[in-house]
Amino acid sequence: MTDTTTMTGPPALRAPSARLWAVALLAVALLALPPAAKALGEPFYISLVSRVLVFALAAMSLDLILGYGGMVCFGHAMFMGVGAYVVGILAHHGAEETLLFGLLPGTDSGWIAWPLAMLCAGLLALAVGYVSLRTKGIHFIMITLAFAQMAYFFFVSLRAYGGDDGLSLAARSTFSDLVSLRDKTSFYYVALGVLVVVGLLLWRVTNSRFGMVLQGAKANERRMAHIGFPVFRYRLVAFTLAGAIAGLAGALLANQANFVSPAMMHWTRSGEIIVMVILGGMGSLVGPVVGAFVFLLLEEVLSGWTEHWQAVFGPMLLLVVIYARQGLYGLLPAREGK
Amino acid sequence: MSAMLIAEQTLNGLQLGTMLFLMAAGLTLVFGIMNLINLAHGSLYMLGAYFAATLFRLTGSFLLAGAGAFVGVLALGMLLELAVLRRFYARDHLDQVLATFGLILFFNEMARIVWGPQAVFMPLPEALEGTVALIPGAPYPLYRLVTIGVGMAVAVALYLLIGRTRAGMLIRAGASNRTMVEALGVNIRVLYTAVFGLGAALAALAGTMAGPLLSVQVGMGDGVLILTLVVIVIGGIGSIRGAFIAALLVGLSDTFGRMLLPAAVAEMTIYILMAAILTWRPQGLFPAHD
Amino acid sequence: MDRPLLKVTGLMKRFGALVATDNLSLDLKDGEIHALIGPNGAGKSTLVAQLAGELRSDAGRVEFEGADVTALTPPERVALGMVRSFQITSVFREFTALANVALAVQARQGHSFRFWRSAKTDPALVGPARRCLEQVGLGDRADWPTARLSYGEQRQLEIAMALATNPKLLLLDEPLAGMGREDGAVIVELLSSLRGKHTMLLIEHDMDAVFSLADRISVLVYGRAIATGTPDTIRRDPDVQRAYLGEEAHAGEFFNA
Repeated sequence: MTDTTTMTGPPALRAPSARLWAVALLAVALLALPPAAKALGEPFYISLVSRVLVFALAAMSLDLILGYGGMVCFGHAMFMGVGAYVVGILAHHGAEETLLFGLLPGTDSGWIAWPLAMLCAGLLALAVGYVSLRTKGIHFIMITLAFAQMAYFFFVSLRAYGGDDGLSLAARSTFSDLVSLRDKTSFYYVALGVLVVVGLLLWRVTNSRFGMVLQGAKANERRMAHIGFPVFRYRLVAFTLAGAIAGLAGALLANQANFVSPAMMHWTRSGEIIVMVILGGMGSLVGPVVGAFVFLLLEEVLSGWTEHWQAVFGPMLLLVVIYARQGLYGLLPAREGK
Repeated sequence: MSAMLIAEQTLNGLQLGTMLFLMAAGLTLVFGIMNLINLAHGSLYMLGAYFAATLFRLTGSFLLAGAGAFVGVLALGMLLELAVLRRFYARDHLDQVLATFGLILFFNEMARIVWGPQAVFMPLPEALEGTVALIPGAPYPLYRLVTIGVGMAVAVALYLLIGRTRAGMLIRAGASNRTMVEALGVNIRVLYTAVFGLGAALAALAGTMAGPLLSVQVGMGDGVLILTLVVIVIGGIGSIRGAFIAALLVGLSDTFGRMLLPAAVAEMTIYILMAAILTWRPQGLFPAHD
Repeated sequence: MDRPLLKVTGLMKRFGALVATDNLSLDLKDGEIHALIGPNGAGKSTLVAQLAGELRSDAGRVEFEGADVTALTPPERVALGMVRSFQITSVFREFTALANVALAVQARQGHSFRFWRSAKTDPALVGPARRCLEQVGLGDRADWPTARLSYGEQRQLEIAMALATNPKLLLLDEPLAGMGREDGAVIVELLSSLRGKHTMLLIEHDMDAVFSLADRISVLVYGRAIATGTPDTIRRDPDVQRAYLGEEAHAGEFFNA
């Protein structure tokens, strides 16, 4: 391709890249999965892939700040957990017909619970980010880790909501009879729909001026300051947005697992989400989705072969980091230039 | 709240602190000199405990068990450094975190395969059973006092090593300015392997001493790892002195926190401490780097 | 305009016992090219960092267009029109040359809390970015990833990025660092073409470039300006000659220039 004078050529003139094919294939496969699984008599896969979709959403939100923004946040599971607990606690109060904080009635309405989950997770992310984003490198990792641990212990201490044992979901989120999340297939398509919509939004965000600031700050923070960008505020907004989306993933997770527990926000969970992003290929939005798939399916398959699957998975992760750092999706060639 | 209770908790805090120091010394040196975050440090602690427990059961001698664990993990650590970790010195921290995270999974599972999922019991060495009344009327377990003693002895030994020997001088220089030391033509690779081995051995020592006190089981290193990371961040990366002070600070804070505060808040004590210190001194108390 | 564009008064910076900037005072006239020279270790890098806002001064004032900017952060100074370029090339290596400059253009166009519209195809960014690249002579390299540019081209990119922010004052930190004769001449010509359009504080070791470009020269020794004047005045100043006598190469250039 010798045309170097335009930043982007008209789409029709460019052959679709390997990545585009991969995305198309993935989309088709995801859409067709429930009927295919039912036809094959394996409805279990619908639940399994639903779980993958939920973590794919969380991983995608982490990619915004990690892959595009360069912020190695070791507390992302905390935002997911908070979102899950909002749904769980509201459902609990709704079923018990008691008041939260003596003021608010519970509810199982998704119209209320899900946005509230996003709001709470987002506000937490705002607070955590405000403190943490003043630090860099290992200090940032440690501070986010510390906050995650504090959140974990906080929820463990909530005896009223099950403490260490967690809380069963009293009722799945309802959406005014539009859809029943108790039905596996309905839940699957809701999760897929959310993933696609959020994915498209994040795609616009990462290519926008805001996205450019994030990426520039990741590449060379010092230079960004010297061309006139007060980087902190942009990072804080990205961090908050990522937290809110993770909260939404948490709301979905509560419904998928029918259960919320502090284990959902343990620091090792945050580590797993980071692994998903890297495994798939960070900085690509699709990569984390692929990564979630590979991670969770691998976990499923390997634990079927041997209960000691982590002894295999650990070295595999090590090898990926050494040899395939750009992740699986990252291995596919993209279009030339940026 | 009696003076005896305070004295007892102070000693407990010192015991936790000195154990954390053994862990933190190695981790902070490796981070300061080789710029490597090694999350598998907790696994070395765990393996030290397992080796010691097994050797103790086989030989009946605590001393032999401790020495065996020390040497065994020293060798394992150096092997790990040579085979795997040295290719990560030039890589960014995220890669190191991911890779060593993978190592944690591997070591935890290998321990489960070799020793099983149940905790391994390690008894107190006979000679160190019993109590000592440091304060008349307030008996304190002899073993814990010995643990404090060992930790302090190591602190003194490290102080002498780092401050008074040529090797120590290289270590200090490397922690302060790695590139310079390389440029001076020192055989840096040998230094790195030695430092890593030393850190691993100290972690094994911590694990050995902890064996009779805590349960020796898979995953015992994970919690200690977080505490150790908090210690080195508070103390300042690359500084042994910082690690020592921070370890005692964390040990005492955690112990008194649990005594004085309700359960949930007590868990958070050290993180609040870390956040407070980082706000005041973002580089930690005694940062080694220029 | 009588008021100097940049007025530095009594600037100090200590690193422990070392005094890097020692009660330094300096004036820059609007539109001039003012060179700052001095032996190694004179404190030029420290001064640039202080003027750019990266390093907080221990004492003294920096006034830009009459306003006190001493406490302002680098982004705040850029917003006022004080921009620096870097001695060690500091660009966005993963981006194309065009994307590098487009970011600098973007910084000058208000806030960037715009989440929907694609920045890569935004004519408001691409247009001015291309113009800057053409101005520095990198027009045909626009779509090249920065990593593929030669060292000299990357130095040109450095300047393009600084220019894209629409600066009133350019703090040029050794723009010719590491350049051979030919590459260096390209940069000198470029800077010459900017004369009058932007005020420049030029920190350089290359005496040929300094003497051909500078309207005035200040000589920095041990953190203070020991002499300021036209190139001719400086050349003949006995203090300056004494300062350079320890550095044979420069002394030779002085006597032969």
